[in-house]
Amino acid sequence: MVLPNIGQSAGPAPEEILRPVRPWFIVVTLALAFVANLLPATGVALALKPDFLALVLLYWCIQEPRYVGVAVAWLVGLVMDVGDATLFGQHALAYALLAYAAEYFRRRVLRFPPWQQAAQVACLLGLCAALVLLVRFVGGAPLPRWTYAVPPVVGALLWPAVTRVLQWPQRPQRSSAEL
Amino acid sequence: MRHLPAEPPAFFPRGPSPLARLALFGLTSIALLFVDTRYHYLEGIRSVATTILYPVQRAAQFPGELLSYVGSYFSTQRALNDDNAALRKQLVERSAAAQVAPAAQQENARLRGLLEVKARHMPAAVAVEVLYTSRDPFAQKLFVDKGTDADIRTGEAVIDADGVVGQVTRVFPYMAEVTLVTDKDHSVPVKVQRSGVRSVLYGAGAGRPPELRFMAPSADIQVGDVLVTSGLDGTYPPGLAVARVATLERDSGQMFARITCAPVAGVDRSAYLLVVGRPAAVPPRPEEPVDAEVAKKAGKGKRRAAGSP
Repeated sequence: MVLPNIGQSAGPAPEEILRPVRPWFIVVTLALAFVANLLPATGVALALKPDFLALVLLYWCIQEPRYVGVAVAWLVGLVMDVGDATLFGQHALAYALLAYAAEYFRRRVLRFPPWQQAAQVACLLGLCAALVLLVRFVGGAPLPRWTYAVPPVVGALLWPAVTRVLQWPQRPQRSSAEL
Repeated sequence: MRHLPAEPPAFFPRGPSPLARLALFGLTSIALLFVDTRYHYLEGIRSVATTILYPVQRAAQFPGELLSYVGSYFSTQRALNDDNAALRKQLVERSAAAQVAPAAQQENARLRGLLEVKARHMPAAVAVEVLYTSRDPFAQKLFVDKGTDADIRTGEAVIDADGVVGQVTRVFPYMAEVTLVTDKDHSVPVKVQRSGVRSVLYGAGAGRPPELRFMAPSADIQVGDVLVTSGLDGTYPPGLAVARVATLERDSGQMFARITCAPVAGVDRSAYLLVVGRPAAVPPRPEEPVDAEVAKKAGKGKRRAAGSP
């Protein structure tokens, strides 16, 4: 599905005008990502599980900066702090920084095909994880194992699929395109 | 694939700049973090928010429960029979010990009466089910399905069929947070069952075995020794198995022996747990700490989750 875009990466990707997003769709996807984050997981699944909420938040920050920005990210982070029973403000701080970085880099990220976007997304998610690590380390927590670095990479690998799914309602219908 | 640039030009008013907003929210988060770690003022807010989120968390449990239900529906007759046989065998094995227990308890009570030692009080217990483990990679915690509704309080010990799993550290209306004995900020006062040597078992964080610190190289302890709770903290009832000594390095050049342990309970496996109430109140600690260990514990007590009351 996504691979053909790599072939086209030599030239600019074809412009596609998307329909305007519906705000409720943003809310619903964020809520679903939150529930996905709360899914119980153990062992390998837990080590691999990416931060879905950060991923979806990053997508909306890049695509719809007028609806989702630093403030929304901060609020969503507070909810995640309660859901995870971690320190108050830990995810809030990380997501606020993520939203700011997304707003700063969005024009650059959008110029690339999905797989190259994924590489940049990995950096942004890694930044988010590094900030959480810093906050907890200052708070006296032990250093986690190396598997701590895996979820941002998995999240970045999911980026093309996430883009595809979240853009689906906004894509022009084929029938209307043929008219 | 991309939008047409649709934002208004910069001279339209758009509120504070992103950097200003980041600074505002970042500073607020740092203030929240500070207040939460140092002063614990936010527990009330957290409790309310957790109650509101409870249905969402249960909903997140649902797919897993459905899967395991479907899985158990298709479990074979053979597997059930095997399970049943194993459980019956276990029951018979344990019933021998259980039948002797009342007699031993009576005898113990009589002897304690003769010695005029205060009677031990075994507190009431509540059976709970593990909801999920914490996603936080920095802490060893899990959540169980009962809270203030079942009169669970913070500080109560949590055990499974084999031994101590951890301690209740936060209680919400319909669930409770349990900090495991492997958490870095958790410690359990223990004694060696064989020799009676007292010590404190410190958790070391995910993937690292808990250890006994500050034990002299000459201490009477061997690999394979079972550590049981000493009950000295007034938090854990005495006599519950906690861990088994796994490795032991006595280096006479060092001040202390290096002793790592393996928890005997299924700390990361058990699905059903028992929350044991606090034992009867111990008389308050005298003003002056009498030996070095007590002094150390009192000093550390402020920072540790498991601590003395």
